[in-house]
Amino acid sequence: MTTTFSPQRIGTVLVALALLAAPLTLGGEEYVLRVLTVGATYAIAVYGMNLILGLTGQLSLAHGGFFGIGVYVVGLLTTDYHWAFWPSLAVAVVATAVGGYVAGVVALRTHEEYFAIFTMAMGFIIFLVISRWESVTHAHSGVSGVKFPEGFGAVDFSEPIVMYYLVLVFLLGAAYVTYAVRRSGIGRTLVAIRTSEDLARSIGVNVGLNKQLAFAASTTLAGLGGGLFAAVQGFVGPSAAGIDLTFEMLMFILVGGLGTVLGPVVGTFLVLFLFEFFQDFEAYRFLVLGPIIVVLVIFAPRGIVGYLNQFVGRVRSRRANGSRNPGRPHDDRKAESTTDVKEAL
Amino acid sequence: MTLLEVRGLGKHFSGLHAVDDVDLDIAEGRITAIIGPNGAGKSTLFNLLAGFYRPTSGTVRFHDRDITGMSPHRTVAHGIARTFQTTKLFEDATVLDNVLSGRIVRSRSTVFDAVLRTPRHRREERLNLDKAMAALEFTGIAGYRDEIAASVPQEVQKRVSIALALATEPQLLLLDEPAAGLTEEETVGFAQLIRDIVADGITVGLVEHRMSMVMSLADHILVLDHGKEIASGTPDAIRTDPQVIEAYLGADHADQEGAG
Repeated sequence: MTTTFSPQRIGTVLVALALLAAPLTLGGEEYVLRVLTVGATYAIAVYGMNLILGLTGQLSLAHGGFFGIGVYVVGLLTTDYHWAFWPSLAVAVVATAVGGYVAGVVALRTHEEYFAIFTMAMGFIIFLVISRWESVTHAHSGVSGVKFPEGFGAVDFSEPIVMYYLVLVFLLGAAYVTYAVRRSGIGRTLVAIRTSEDLARSIGVNVGLNKQLAFAASTTLAGLGGGLFAAVQGFVGPSAAGIDLTFEMLMFILVGGLGTVLGPVVGTFLVLFLFEFFQDFEAYRFLVLGPIIVVLVIFAPRGIVGYLNQFVGRVRSRRANGSRNPGRPHDDRKAESTTDVKEAL
Repeated sequence: MTLLEVRGLGKHFSGLHAVDDVDLDIAEGRITAIIGPNGAGKSTLFNLLAGFYRPTSGTVRFHDRDITGMSPHRTVAHGIARTFQTTKLFEDATVLDNVLSGRIVRSRSTVFDAVLRTPRHRREERLNLDKAMAALEFTGIAGYRDEIAASVPQEVQKRVSIALALATEPQLLLLDEPAAGLTEEETVGFAQLIRDIVADGITVGLVEHRMSMVMSLADHILVLDHGKEIASGTPDAIRTDPQVIEAYLGADHADQEGAG
C-alpha cells in the first residue's frame, strides 16, 4: 500500500489538479484552451504508445496511422454519412482495436528494428490511403464540419471548455488504465517480455498473444485519441495521420518517461508548450528543441517522470535501508511496501 | 512412477543430429541427471522437454499426457519449469519482482480485474506475494528481496532463478547446470538446495558438468554423446560403464571438471 503522502501520490494529484484548473487559469483565451484540448487528445494516443513501447519495449511507428484512422472514421461518419458522434467514436475504437490486433499478427513476427521498420511502413501506407483516396477521404481537401459530441442535459460540447473536460475524462481514464496495468500481473507480464522474451517464455508467458494484445490496446488508444481530435478540430486533413505525428508522439513519451504512468501526459504538454513557445521560429524551432531533447535523453534517459521516480526511490531506499545489511531477512517491513516505489507513478 | 516419459526423441538442425532417438524416464520424486561431453545434446534435450524446440521425431509424455511440441507457456502451465545455463533474470527488477513474475502463469486475473480492483484480483495479488516470499525463503534469499537482481552476487542470482522457477509451482524442475561458475563451497549449498526441492515433492531433472555433484545427487543418470544415449543407470553403474569411461570420463575427464 502506498502511504498517503508518498511523493508519487502528491505528484499525481498535482498533475491532475493542474489539468483540471488549467482552463480556469490560462483559458481566458480560446486559443490556449484549444491547444490544451488538442494536446490532451494527443496524450491519450501517447498512452497507447506507452503500452507497446514503454511496457513491452516494441517501437511501433504505425501510431500516427492509427490515430489517423480514428480521426477519419469519426470525421467521415459524422459528415458524409450523417452519423452521430458517439456511435462514430465507438466504430473508431473498434476499428483500431481490430485493425491493431490483425496487423499485430503479422507485425509481431518481426523483432526490434525490423518491427519498427515494418510498423513505419504500415503507418505510411495508412497515411497514403488517407491522403490519396480522394473519393472517400477527400484527400488533401480534408474533412470539414466534424460534429461535436452530442451533449446531454445542460452539457453542451460545442462549448470549448466542456469539450476540454470531456477529453480530460478520457485522458485520466487512459492514465488510470496504465496505472492498473502496471501494478497488476499484466504489467508484470509485459515488462517480463520487454526484459527477456526467452525468460518470459520459460515462466509460462504466452509471449506472442500478450504482445498482440498490448499492440491492439495501444492502437485502440491511438484511435480513441484520433476520434476525439477530429471533434475538437472540426476540420481535419491527412496530416493528422502522418509519420511526423508518430515521431512527435515518440518525442512526447521520451521526454515524459517511457513506461511511467504520468510520463505521457507530462511529456505531451511540456513539449507542446515548448512548440508554442518557439512558434515564431517555425520550422527552425527544432534547432532549439532538438538539442534540448538530446540533453534530456543523455541525462534523464527515463524521461522527466522516470528521473523523478528514480530520485524518489533512491532517497527512500537510503532512508529505509540506511544501516541494512543485505542478506539479513527483514520481515518486519510491510510486505506490500516493495511494490509501491516503482509502481505508484 | 514415471512422471516424464520420452520415447525416440530427436532434433535435427539441418543435418546435425543434436538429439537422436533418445529414450528417458524421469521417475517422480527423484533426481535424474543428464551428463555428457560438451555438445552432447544435453541442453537441446532440455529445450525439447520444456517446449523451446519442437522435436523432429519422437514423443514426450508428462503425467501420461502427450506434450510433444507443446509451446513453453503450456508446458509451464502443466508443471514443467526450467532454468537456463547462463543465469537469466529480469535484471532491472528487484529480486522479489523477479520471483513474482513466476506467478504470472498461475494468475487468472484479467486486465479488467486490475482496472476495477476486484476482490479476486486483490486476493490473487496477496496469494502471489505469499507464494513468492515462500520461494525466496525456501531458497534462502529472502533478505535480498528488495535488491535489484543485477546487483546481487552471482550465487544469489542463481538462487533467484531457481526461486523464480519454483514460483510457477512446477512438478518437474529442469536445472541446466545450476552449479556452473560456483565455488566448491557454494556447490555444496546448491546440492543441499536441490535435495530440499526434492524433499518438498518436486521432481528434478539436472544437467551438470560437476561429476562429484551428479554422482552424489542423482538417482538415475542418462549419458549422452553426440546426441545419442550411450548409457543409463544408477551412479554406480555409470561410474563403471566402460563406454562411459571411454567416451567421457576417460579421455577428457579433467577438461570437463575444469569447464564446469
